[in-house]
Amino acid sequence: MTTVLEKPVRKQPQRLGISPWWLLAPSTVLLVLLFGWPLVQGILAAFQAEGGAFTLANWERLFGDPYFVEALLNTLLLIVIVVPIQLVLAVGMTLLIQSKPKFGGLHFYVWAIPLAVSDLAAGLVWLTVFADRGYLNSLLIGLGLSENGIAWLNYDNPTTMLLAVVVAEIWRATSMVFVIVVAGVQMMPPDYDEAAQVFGASAWQRLWHVTLPLLKPSLQVALILRTILALQAFAVAQALTGRNFPLLVGETYQWYVNLQNPAVASAVALVILALSLGTAVLYMRALRQPSAGGPR
Amino acid sequence: MTRPAVDLTPLHRRKRQRVLVQLACVAISTFMLLPIVLIALSALSSRTALTEFPKPLLPSEFSTESISGFIGGAGVVPAFGNSMLAGVYTVVLSLLLGAPAGYAISRFSFRGRDAYQVLILLVRALPIVVLSVPLATMFLRVDIDDTVFAVTLVHTALALPTTILITASIFVGVPKDVEEAALIFGCTPGQAMRRVVLPMALPGLAASSVFTFVLSWNEVLGATVLTLGHRTLPAQVLSSLADSPNVYRFAGGFVLVLPALLFILVMRRYLLNMWGTTLR
Repeated sequence: MTTVLEKPVRKQPQRLGISPWWLLAPSTVLLVLLFGWPLVQGILAAFQAEGGAFTLANWERLFGDPYFVEALLNTLLLIVIVVPIQLVLAVGMTLLIQSKPKFGGLHFYVWAIPLAVSDLAAGLVWLTVFADRGYLNSLLIGLGLSENGIAWLNYDNPTTMLLAVVVAEIWRATSMVFVIVVAGVQMMPPDYDEAAQVFGASAWQRLWHVTLPLLKPSLQVALILRTILALQAFAVAQALTGRNFPLLVGETYQWYVNLQNPAVASAVALVILALSLGTAVLYMRALRQPSAGGPR
Repeated sequence: MTRPAVDLTPLHRRKRQRVLVQLACVAISTFMLLPIVLIALSALSSRTALTEFPKPLLPSEFSTESISGFIGGAGVVPAFGNSMLAGVYTVVLSLLLGAPAGYAISRFSFRGRDAYQVLILLVRALPIVVLSVPLATMFLRVDIDDTVFAVTLVHTALALPTTILITASIFVGVPKDVEEAALIFGCTPGQAMRRVVLPMALPGLAASSVFTFVLSWNEVLGATVLTLGHRTLPAQVLSSLADSPNVYRFAGGFVLVLPALLFILVMRRYLLNMWGTTLR
């Protein structure tokens, strides 16, 4: 490269006189050290016996644990129930906000509050409602619908336990989908909707044939993020039910902290990792292909 | 003179629709707010009022005894301090490491840019639980286990991808022309950065910091796995959950929720950009 003939455009990246990789290096090093290295270690640990020899004993122990099967089923069930509800709810909330209601700003603030609430806190918040002597039972008795209340979080009532965790998760994490969808709607050019309106499309038709197809990229991101994060939920259930309603991440916690077995804990973590990557690929496939020629 | 008959049905329908929209908004707001009100009422009930059953909506006796009981509980005050420290350290460290990367992504087109962005996306898809256990073992070996620093490292790794993406979008918002003008008027690149770019990026960087702080403040699993004696607040609450009465749980939950109200109030204007657009 000769300096004299260089075009100004080609010179631009070197404006600061340094390669951009110097700016990227610190973060890359940290990410590799704190993500790459432990990832490798985790995979190794799950397949290693005490001395370091290859073994499947950890996995046998894990699969033989009744809690694990239950946790896996619970986690999947939770995702299958919660994520679709959140998506529909978030789109509905977005349409409400877009129709510019009175005090729209205030409503937006309130609907966004759970964004900053941790899943542990969310579990504790809903504990006040679902506890044996909580507000829900008080309400039921007050209305004369029940004599002594219902043991919502009791080990014998798996359905109501699931219900409590589902409600808490919907409360906590719908905001996140909502914010993503609102941002997506606001980035959409209004022309399409107006055109549809001019040609006499009903509100329902406009939603189904104009807004939702245009929202597809946002919905895809929301779906992937939500599913991956829902896979990681555990403190909600922990706060509401203890270990009565086991979830996968809760099992990692259990194996590591209470049972002091990092190898099996790593095995559970790998199951979660596989599920996360699996869902990401699945959604990409399902949602990308039809819109291959579409915008973005 | 008779006025022509006006068909008022569309108007009525419209009005009805507005009322329905309004009702739906209030219903959702109630769903979002009521649980927070309830935990606040529970946390502010006196011990005797808390055991009442069936509970009235408003407790018969207000008291701060459960909250002061929680704060006086073993390890809670130091845990609060640890949470604050971990949050602040995480903000500083992730900005120090992430902002340059964000700047590089927003200003340079270079070979490997796409690869780098894919790396970031990959990292975001990794559940933290996968890392916590091996990291705990690793930290044990290098003798930084059970420290706020260990928690900071993990939280920084967790926050870094979002910090990079957010700062990149912030620097995109600072016009290149201004920076170039500063250079032409004789600033060194460092001065242009310090005097022109950073001041313009400051509000966005502040918002990104709050975002990072919230992330660190709320993270439970990593903090619990990595610490034993130096717990952060959520870790402290989680680990003492099993053997504590509901009084403690409600007070703890309330203390954990309270900052959320403040965070979102501060972040209101940036929410759509941070959580909504940039992070996709």
